[in-house]
Amino acid sequence: MENWNENKSTFWIFALPGTFWLVVFFMIPLAIIWALSFGEQVSLTKTEVTGTLEHYIRALGDPVYLKIIWKSIWMSALATFFCLLIAYPIAFLISFVRGRLKMILLAAVILPFWINLLIRTYALIAVFRSRGFVNFGLEWVYKTLAMDRLFGPFQPLELLYNNGAVILGLIYVFMPFMVLPLYASIERLDKSYLEASLDLGASQFKTFWRVSVPLTMPGIVSGIILVFIPMLGSFLIPDLLGGTNAQMIGNVIERQFKAANNYPFGAALSFLLMYATFAALALRAWHASRSKGNDV
Amino acid sequence: MALLSRTRLEPLEFSRRWWLRLYVGAIFLMLYLPIITLIAFSFNESKRNIVWRGFTTKWYWKAWNNDSLIDAFVNSITIAVISTAISTIIGVMLAVALWRFRFPFKSAYEGLAALPIVVPEICMGVAMLAFFSRVTGFPTDWIWPLNLSAITVAHIAFSFPFVTVIVRSRLSGFNMELAEASQDLGASEWQTFWNVIYPYMKPGIIAGALLAFTLSLDDFVVTFFTSGPDTLTFPVKVYSMVRFSVTPEVNAASTVLILITVVTTLFAMRFQSPDKIEPEN
Amino acid sequence: MSTPIISIREVTKSFGRLKAVDNVSLDVMTNEFFALLGPSGCGKTTLLRMIAGFSNPTSGQILIDGQDMVSITPDKRPVNMVFQSYAVFPHMNVMRNVGYGLEVTGVAKPDIKKRAEQALERVGLSDFTSRMPDQLSGGQRQRVALARALVKEPKVLLLDEPLSALDAKLREQMQMELAGLQADVGVTFVIVTHDQDEALSMADRIAVMRDGSVDQIASPGELYEYPKNRFVADFIGKVNLIEGEVTGQKGDKISITTEMLGKVAIPFGGDDRGEFNGNVCLAIRPEKINISKSGVSKNHPAGKDYIESEGKIVDWAYYGDCSHMIVASKNNQRFGVVIQNSRRDSVDALDIGDDVNLSWLAQDTLVLND
Repeated sequence: MENWNENKSTFWIFALPGTFWLVVFFMIPLAIIWALSFGEQVSLTKTEVTGTLEHYIRALGDPVYLKIIWKSIWMSALATFFCLLIAYPIAFLISFVRGRLKMILLAAVILPFWINLLIRTYALIAVFRSRGFVNFGLEWVYKTLAMDRLFGPFQPLELLYNNGAVILGLIYVFMPFMVLPLYASIERLDKSYLEASLDLGASQFKTFWRVSVPLTMPGIVSGIILVFIPMLGSFLIPDLLGGTNAQMIGNVIERQFKAANNYPFGAALSFLLMYATFAALALRAWHASRSKGNDV
Repeated sequence: MALLSRTRLEPLEFSRRWWLRLYVGAIFLMLYLPIITLIAFSFNESKRNIVWRGFTTKWYWKAWNNDSLIDAFVNSITIAVISTAISTIIGVMLAVALWRFRFPFKSAYEGLAALPIVVPEICMGVAMLAFFSRVTGFPTDWIWPLNLSAITVAHIAFSFPFVTVIVRSRLSGFNMELAEASQDLGASEWQTFWNVIYPYMKPGIIAGALLAFTLSLDDFVVTFFTSGPDTLTFPVKVYSMVRFSVTPEVNAASTVLILITVVTTLFAMRFQSPDKIEPEN
Repeated sequence: MSTPIISIREVTKSFGRLKAVDNVSLDVMTNEFFALLGPSGCGKTTLLRMIAGFSNPTSGQILIDGQDMVSITPDKRPVNMVFQSYAVFPHMNVMRNVGYGLEVTGVAKPDIKKRAEQALERVGLSDFTSRMPDQLSGGQRQRVALARALVKEPKVLLLDEPLSALDAKLREQMQMELAGLQADVGVTFVIVTHDQDEALSMADRIAVMRDGSVDQIASPGELYEYPKNRFVADFIGKVNLIEGEVTGQKGDKISITTEMLGKVAIPFGGDDRGEFNGNVCLAIRPEKINISKSGVSKNHPAGKDYIESEGKIVDWAYYGDCSHMIVASKNNQRFGVVIQNSRRDSVDALDIGDDVNLSWLAQDTLVLND
């Protein structure tokens, strides 16, 4: 690697376009939002940055918003937990499969990434709505068992537009994100550790908990953060699958910037989300540096 | 194949445990079933989406004749092509700079350059909204395609860091002795770059470009905040249709988008396998 | 073999506070096979990379064929290198790899083909011209790297640990081939290696390096039989070291007192190896020691001084052609002895636990400063 000042012109030619874009079209817009979060709305289209903290206080103090923040956090946490639970065995299996099948399975995990988030969410609506496949199937079972004669006609379940639907949607959409970091760390895990554990008399179950899980912890942490952060900031899933009371922070932010036209408050909420992101990234960096010594 | 042999299970042959296979199969089924039914019912005769009434392509014709949907589609493709071209160029250049040079605060800068990848989409979206509506021009009432420039600029902002990351990680596996050998044999730096380093980067560049393309084509949240009434993209248009009603026409439009991104992705995957280098001549 | 092709003059290379190469001066003569030998981190590779131009000396001067190489970039230097990883371009076939150096410097196409074919024939790869590198074995890839460098007709061929990536059998074969090739093409070779066998078997002269400086430059035989100091003696081959103190000097003999041997007189040539005072070290190679059961009469030829010692065999390792023994002396110093199994029953002559008598020619003993 060369020192930049040994070949300044080359360095600048290569580094400048990207840096320009990064600063002007990323850092400055974020800085504007950050400044706005300390501002006051003086007219419909004008905001003055006064250094006030009222929006942060409102966001964290007003029970209405505090409740939404808490709800966003626990729904994301719960969905993340289920993602981990579902994804680990998948990642485990893929790392033990060899050859062509492994490539196919990996591709099958990655492919949903590339299918539009909106379309995947829309696909769920078709499954869960009151005239959707789940209710259709349930109705068929209901009628086959002749229960309509006992309890009256089938009442379709309200599977959409509630917290449950949002959590299901989050799991459905983000689960593949969990598989990849887990797979990466299980794949790197030297399988002779597992054999050593079995050889020393541990059962498969104990080997899993005492060897596989601790040694793949970096992947687990990465996966949790990779999934939790976008869940926390998700907008589309609660917007389409949630009811009026199944909102998350993302929806509140959107409303402030669109319908309510209260930029400063929206900006404060956005930056709360940003701070959470930074904290999570710092946590991951800290965990990575701590486990560097015994990394596999 | 090991999967079909009937020998006794070995302790670490998890790929042959029936319960694990069953479980993974079930999860994949749940993952794909909604999408498969979505595609299937874009060919359904019935508007009531739920019962199969026979095969038809009429919803595709209906979507094809929906002018605003086609406009949105053309917008999306235009934005994706321009965004991909610019993202790839500046992304690759930055990757080369990061790979080749040491400079003060480098790791901080690298973290910064990766930030667009990790920042929540909604934050980026509202930041772009505030930036374009209150600070700079990029009006959306310019003539086509200049009215798309705000969206394109935003797309480049979140796409090129992905290109940088992919190309940079490809370059980190580069054996410096190859470049030294080239120089040792009499090649100038420029010759070395094009003869040795560029061919090595190429799979990464192609993978990065395809990723940038699908990211742009698929983006909803950031576009949602930067588009005006006349600059709808395909996903934003589909969103308004979904909010309005669930019709097979939406299924048809979605199927087309899935097809485009999946084909692009399959291309990308072909180039992403680490040590694959196309032989010349 | 008289004029220097490379002159290194007081070259120092610092990385921060660390001096990777510390004031090294040496000459490589035209057409010789020169080896830089030393443990890893001794600065040998840094020195080689400075000759090739990938690294610039912090101070000092490098001349190649009388020309100062400062500010001359690698692509303009009349030397070529065989890299440790071979650096065979993975996206070009064998022919294009070998022709690359001619192609980028504007040699005419038909010329490139002709010269590349010649070079490939020389390394025995004529039938592999259209293969891709991933279809070649490690040994074949190395031949491609060799042909690729030689086709440039360099004044000096630099080889950076060229055999380290090969398995033992192939390494031995390539050692012979490289030495043969060097004699054949008549190009000066400079090889960097940490493997003493490699250096001893191939090189005309060897520079032994340690911590950035050169300890000794000599032919393989001289290095082995007349190492200049303890490090060289210990690094090249196996050696038994006995601490001692100089008590006097009479004529061409030096008297040294040691705990193990008592007072001994060692003849020394009074050559350029300087004066010996105070604490010194006696060194004796294991194969130069005669071993026999205690009490068996020895018949040393007359007129030669022998040094003798008693001990007990404590360990034994059989290697087929020879056997290695560890003998413990009375003051419990361990002594390595190698005997040639020149007869089938050699093995049965001695056993662990036997009391033995060790003896060697006084003139085979080395006196070394630290």
